[in-house]
Amino acid sequence: MNHAVRRAGYVVVALLLILVGQLTYLQVFDAQSLQDDPRNSRGYLRSFNRPRGEIVSADGEILARSSRVDDEYGWQRTYPFGDLFAQTVGYQSVVVGSVGIEKVYDGQLSGRDLPVEPKDLPSILSARPRVGTVVLHLDSRAQAAARDALGGQRGSVTVLNPRTGAVVAMYSNPTFDPQPLAGHDTRAVQAYYDGLTNDPTNPALPRAYREIYPPGSTFKVVTTTGALDTGVATPDSRYPANTSYTPPQSDRPINNFGGRQCGGTLEDAFRQSCNAVFAQLGVEMGERFVPVIDAFGLNEAPSLDLSPGAEASIGLQPGSFDLNKPAFALAGIGQGEIATTPLQMALVAAAIANRGVAMEPHVAARIDDRSGRTVERVRERRWKRATSPATAATLTEFMISVVANGTGTAARIPGVTVAGKTGTAQAPGGPPHAWFIAFAPAEAPRYAISVIVERGGSAGDEATGGRIAAPVAAKVLRTLLQVP
Amino acid sequence: MAGPMRTLIATRRRTAELGLGIVAILITVAGYLLLSLSKAPALPADFWGFLAFVVGLFFVAHVAIRRFAPSADPTLLPLVTLLNGIGFTMISRLDLAAGPDSRYARTQALWIAIGIGVFVLALAAIRQIDTLRRYRTIFLVLGVGALLLPLVPGLGYTANGARLWIRLGPLNFQPGEAAKVLLVIFFAAYLADNRDLLRSGTRRIGRLYLPAPRHFGPLLLPWASAVLIMVQQKDLGSSLLFFTVFVAMLYMATERSAYVIVGVAAFGLAAVIAYNSFSHVQLRVDTWLDPWPTAQSNGFQLVQSLFALGSGGISGTGLGLGRPDLIPNAATDFVFAAIGEELGLYGTVAIIITFLLFVGTGFKIAVQAARPFPKLLAAGLTTIVGIQTFVIVGGVIRVIPLTGVTLPFVSYGGSSLIANFVLLAILLRISDETAIDAQAEVEAEVRLETAGARS
Repeated sequence: MNHAVRRAGYVVVALLLILVGQLTYLQVFDAQSLQDDPRNSRGYLRSFNRPRGEIVSADGEILARSSRVDDEYGWQRTYPFGDLFAQTVGYQSVVVGSVGIEKVYDGQLSGRDLPVEPKDLPSILSARPRVGTVVLHLDSRAQAAARDALGGQRGSVTVLNPRTGAVVAMYSNPTFDPQPLAGHDTRAVQAYYDGLTNDPTNPALPRAYREIYPPGSTFKVVTTTGALDTGVATPDSRYPANTSYTPPQSDRPINNFGGRQCGGTLEDAFRQSCNAVFAQLGVEMGERFVPVIDAFGLNEAPSLDLSPGAEASIGLQPGSFDLNKPAFALAGIGQGEIATTPLQMALVAAAIANRGVAMEPHVAARIDDRSGRTVERVRERRWKRATSPATAATLTEFMISVVANGTGTAARIPGVTVAGKTGTAQAPGGPPHAWFIAFAPAEAPRYAISVIVERGGSAGDEATGGRIAAPVAAKVLRTLLQVP
Repeated sequence: MAGPMRTLIATRRRTAELGLGIVAILITVAGYLLLSLSKAPALPADFWGFLAFVVGLFFVAHVAIRRFAPSADPTLLPLVTLLNGIGFTMISRLDLAAGPDSRYARTQALWIAIGIGVFVLALAAIRQIDTLRRYRTIFLVLGVGALLLPLVPGLGYTANGARLWIRLGPLNFQPGEAAKVLLVIFFAAYLADNRDLLRSGTRRIGRLYLPAPRHFGPLLLPWASAVLIMVQQKDLGSSLLFFTVFVAMLYMATERSAYVIVGVAAFGLAAVIAYNSFSHVQLRVDTWLDPWPTAQSNGFQLVQSLFALGSGGISGTGLGLGRPDLIPNAATDFVFAAIGEELGLYGTVAIIITFLLFVGTGFKIAVQAARPFPKLLAAGLTTIVGIQTFVIVGGVIRVIPLTGVTLPFVSYGGSSLIANFVLLAILLRISDETAIDAQAEVEAEVRLETAGARS
């Protein structure tokens, strides 16, 4: 009998060991996806029924805080600046979830992922919850300046610190008030949210990093960099004055803006934004144009510390030159297949400003605890080496001349050298988008900026980047550089 | 008979039990303390009362074993103390989440105290394991009666979709829990008496020898009624448990694997029939196969359980820091998921290991027992604990379809606790008797040798 008893025992033991196997699967290998499942309410319940840390701007303004309310949650988020930071700070909502800084830094704001040191022990054991304050690089004055400069026109302004990748301002218009979303009345919140999603102007879309547009002539910064780096052109190359360029495999000429004659040195062509020259450069580079574009970060989303993250910009397909040469001509002037986020174009300007290196963009600077002690810093990381310091220096000269006496004179700031590039991007279905990218001061860049005014803004069909977008950039830069 | 050597074994075993018990108590008390600290940085008001309660109950059980079964195995009581302690801590934790009016922990404490009382009574009453054998017919009647009781109109009522409760004034009782132990005693006694007849079949069907229906009939009666009533009461878990234990005991008694083959085939057939004819069975199976499409309706319980386990991860959220209150029936059927959330993989595997040790010890007692009846009884009772653990934990973590049974010694619930404490008492009695018999044999040999030397 003992033989059979032992056998039965082994079977029971084996059954219990199966349980250990499944537990290991559930609690180790599948744990993360079970935790992140949107139907698992643990995550948000943990975040909602207690206060969380503040979100503070670089200039010390409170952008989000927890306030007491008299309901089942006890706490609710308050956004004192309303719609100004809605698309960066985001919101925390019981009903529709969280976005932006509120989502990405949830662990720190709720205190869950705060690093612990031995001297924190008393505060951990005290009833007072330990939460982190997230300090941003965003500057409330620059943000307000961006809003005022856009003056109700649809578009966006993005300002980066080219040395660090810090996002100093990022504002898109239209925007929305996040406050109603933080409410706890499910039906009211849902109704407001549906209103936002159904709004044809799409105010919930953070255009600055989630929408892609043809970059137009601002992309000539990339084209010129490529032409110089591949040896297709030198700063002294000369181009005969033409009104248009017809790429191979096509009978449709690419015209200069307004059908004007233009040419001269590469710098002259850049300053006057001659389409014919840059379309030709795109074709002359051919397949070599693709890695140049990718080196600036297109075809890849930059890791931005917001949720949802930045959209990837679209460059050229490798291996497609022989089949589609006109696409390379159009890419030379930032049209055709090329589509970029305003953030990406700010990164292009920042790469030139930072001796050819684009830093990874980040909105948050650091996490402080309640006593103001910094417990965590957001690290600065190199993202892309776009070009050599020498080429970046040449491009800087070119861009200075654009603002000094080219298409971008509207961006001049007294006492400050501004380097910039205008763009007027054709897009089907309406007036062109007005673009301007720049950095200043050119000799020691502190800010890189990209401005887009959709569909020409108030000027409509008459709009150009120089006329509509450049003044917006100038206003924001003046505020940041404290030039009255 | 109580020679100096027997005292030595008894002393050694009881000292070990005391030491292990103190470890189990320390773990329980530490858990309770941590739970309180998650709410406020101070000793809970009832801390000393709690400590006295835990220590007191353990010592009552320990002293009872010293008095009534001094040579019994030293590990079972500490293992049960640990399971009981973790279960109670978890139930207190769920009380905390449910609000100040929730009294589950108090009721559970009362039931544990009653359980220990019944344990002491059982040890004192069952002085020899053969007493149980003598009353096997009574146990059969009581067992079947207990199974039928919830079907009596006015007495039984339905909870959580299964009609397996009876109400006696203020007390609710699940007689199926008692039936479990009673019927295993009957099986063990019957099989011990008739195992030779059941081994040597007279009728041949193909390669299978079957015993005469005369010998087989008494086994079919409890089995058939159990299955019938479980289907009637919609209690799939107990049905599965009874069936498995029955087949296992039949196999252990006869060593004929044909019974296992027939049993598994019969079970497979029954399962297919049940799946096709009962909507609630179909629902359980479908939910098991894929709970996600019905995560908000039929699959809700299971999905919440998986969320709890996943959110616990390897080390758990910590006691009092998770949300096990989001799992329906967290104190009873799903207590294991609640443990998994707050104590993590460490906690769940620790519980499984505790059951493994319990089961291992139970089978060791069975193997060591010299006579068939205690051997089969110990193996049967141990199988119950092992299979019941597998059925409920397997259901909660989606290894098998979910069927509502309690996790022995851990889940909230008086009937289950009391039945399991009686089960523990019987196991200890068998262990004690085996040790005494072995000792007596040794002593007899020693006497013989001495006698031989003299002559």
